[in-house]
Amino acid sequence: MLRFLLIRLARALLTLALVVTFAFVVLRLSGDPALLIMSADAPPEAIAAFRAAWGLNDPLWQQYLRYFNAIFRGDLGQSMRDGRPAIELVAERVPATLALTIPALLIKIGLGIPAGVYAALHRNSFADRAVMLLAVAGFTVPSFVLGLLLVLVFAVTLGWLPSGGQESWRHAVLPVITLGIGGAAVLARFTRSAMLEVLGQPYMRTALAKGVPWSVAVRRHALPNAAIPTVTIVGFMMGSLLAGAVVVESVFSWPGVGRLLVVAVANRDLAVVQCILLLVAATMVMANLLVDLLYGVLDPRLRLSATGGAA
Amino acid sequence: MTDRDEPLLHAQGLVRRYATRRGLFGRVTEVRAVDGVSLTLRRGRTLGLVGESGCGKSTTGRMVLGLEVPDEGGVAFRNDRMPPPGTPEWRRLRARMAMVYQDPLGALDRRLTIGAQIAEPLEIHGLGTPADRPARVGALLRDVGLRADHAARYPHELSGGQRQRAVLARALATGPDLLVCDEPISALDVSIQAQVMNLLSEVQARTGVAILFISHDLRAVRQMSHRVAVMYLGRVVEEGEPDAVLHAPAHPYAQALVSAIPHPGRTGGRIVLTGDPPNPAARPAGCAFHPRCAQAAALCARATPELKRRAADGRLVACHVAHGEVAPGDGMASRPIPAREPA
Repeated sequence: MLRFLLIRLARALLTLALVVTFAFVVLRLSGDPALLIMSADAPPEAIAAFRAAWGLNDPLWQQYLRYFNAIFRGDLGQSMRDGRPAIELVAERVPATLALTIPALLIKIGLGIPAGVYAALHRNSFADRAVMLLAVAGFTVPSFVLGLLLVLVFAVTLGWLPSGGQESWRHAVLPVITLGIGGAAVLARFTRSAMLEVLGQPYMRTALAKGVPWSVAVRRHALPNAAIPTVTIVGFMMGSLLAGAVVVESVFSWPGVGRLLVVAVANRDLAVVQCILLLVAATMVMANLLVDLLYGVLDPRLRLSATGGAA
Repeated sequence: MTDRDEPLLHAQGLVRRYATRRGLFGRVTEVRAVDGVSLTLRRGRTLGLVGESGCGKSTTGRMVLGLEVPDEGGVAFRNDRMPPPGTPEWRRLRARMAMVYQDPLGALDRRLTIGAQIAEPLEIHGLGTPADRPARVGALLRDVGLRADHAARYPHELSGGQRQRAVLARALATGPDLLVCDEPISALDVSIQAQVMNLLSEVQARTGVAILFISHDLRAVRQMSHRVAVMYLGRVVEEGEPDAVLHAPAHPYAQALVSAIPHPGRTGGRIVLTGDPPNPAARPAGCAFHPRCAQAAALCARATPELKRRAADGRLVACHVAHGEVAPGDGMASRPIPAREPA
C-alpha cells in the first residue's frame, strides 16, 4: 500500500513538473512580457531596465532553470504587475472560487446521481425520458448562455437576485446554479448508463432468480458496482474545483481564481499564470489520487492486498 | 424424497411472444420466441434442450423457472401452478429452483467474496443461523470440489473452472429440486468442461436434483441427459432418449445437427443446410424448417407438423416426412434430394 502511494506521488510530481514547463514555454512563445507590460511605446531605456530587473535578458534555459529552482524552494515569484508575491494574489482569490464550486459540486452529486439512478431503475418510463431530456439540455447549453439566461430571468425580469458581484450569499445563488446544472446533467447520464449496465449483469439476474427482493438486489449489487464508473466522473469534477469556474466567474463578475487567470493571461503576468496553473494541476492530481484510492475500496480487483491470490 | 416417477416439473404448451419494432417508426411485429413447448422433468433426471442460437432454449428455461410469464400455457412445479413473479409464494419457490449461466465471472458480483455470495441465498430464505453459515458455506464449497478457504476469495482470484464451481455451490445452497443450466460449459476450456459435467452428474446422484441442461453442444447433452429435446424456431421438433435421438435422428433438422458433430477420420457425409438461418420474426409457413430442408415436400409448406409419437418406434417427432405422411420431396418442382457432401 505504501509502495503504491509512493509511486503515485512520484508520478504526481512528474505531472506537475511537466505542467510548469509547459506553462513556461507557452507563455514565452506567445509574446514579450516586457513589451506587453510596459506597453509598446514606452521609452527603450525603461523597457531595458524592466528586462534587466526581471532577468529577461538571460538565455531562456537560464531563466527556466532559475524559475524551476525557485519553485522547488517554494518561491512562486512575484506578480510583474504590482510586485506582490504571486501566491498571495492567488491565495486571496481561492476562498471566493471555492464558495462557488463546492456548493456547485454538492448540487451535481445531490441532483445528478439520484436522477441517474431513478432514470435507470425506471427505464423507458416517462420519468426516465424527462430526466434524460433535461440532462441533454443541461449539458449542451454552454455555461455562459445558461448564466446569461438565468440573469435575464431572475435578475433582470423578476429582480429576485443580483446579476453579479460578491456582496452576500444571494450573489452566489445564480453562479452556483449555473455551475451545478451542467455537472448534474453529465453525472445523471453517466450514472444512468452505469446503472443500466450493472442491472443487465448476470449476477443481478441470478440474485433475482434466487429470490432476492428487487430493492435489496439494487442496494447490494447494483449501486456499489455502478458507483465505480461514477466515482471517476466525480473525481474529475473535484479536480476542477479551482479552475472549473473561469467562464462563470467572468459572466457573474465574481472575483475568484478564474477571473484572476483571465486577467493575468491578458497581461502576460507570468508568475501569476504559472502559480494558478500549478495550483490547478495540483488539485487535479490530488483528485485523481483520491479516485485511485477509492477504486481500491470499491473494487477488490484493484485492491493490493497483502494476501495476494491465485492467478 | 417422493416417488421418482412423479413429474417434478411439467410445462404445457408454453408460448412467449415479444413485440419488436424495426426502426423508430417501423411496424410492430410479433416475434414468437417460444411457440408451444411442452416439457416434463422428473426428479434425479436430466433433460437436454438442444438447438441453435435464437431457437428459444433460454426463454424456455426462464419460463420453466417462473422468471418470465408465458403468454399461453403454464408451468406446474410439484403439481402446483407457478405463482406470479414477485408474490411471496413465488419468492419462497426461489429456494427450490436455481439456475447456472454461461459466464461464471458475470454471474458473480466482483466486489463480494465467494463466501458472501454463497451465503446470500441462505440469508434471503432465512436458512440456518448466521452463526452456522460459514460452516455451511464451507461444506457447500467442498461439495463442488473447492476448499473452504476459497470463501474468502474474490471472483477474480479464481480460475474459470473454479468460478463455475462457486456458481454451482451458490445454486445448490438452498438444496433446490430443479437446476436450470443455460449453456453452463460453453465459456470453459474443454478440459474444464468435462470436470464441470462430471461434477453436475455427481451432484445429481447425491442430491437427486432434476436438471434442465440447455446447450448447443450435442456431445455434452448426450453425456449429461436422460432425455433430449431438439428445438427449432421456438418448437420442439424431436424428443427421445439421447442415444436414439443422437444416433438415429428422425427429424431432418436433428439429422443435420448430428451430422455436424465432428468425427476424427470422417471425410464428408455432412448434411449442409442451405437457405436462410432461422429468424423468429419471419417464421416460414407450415413446417418452420421446410425452406432449409432437403426432404421437404409440398405439404410441408402448407401444414405445420405436430409433435407426435411415431408408430414404428414410438419416437416423438414433428415431421410429415418422418411420419411417412408424405414422400420426401413429393410435389416439389426440381429440388435435389441428396444434399449430402460426397463421401
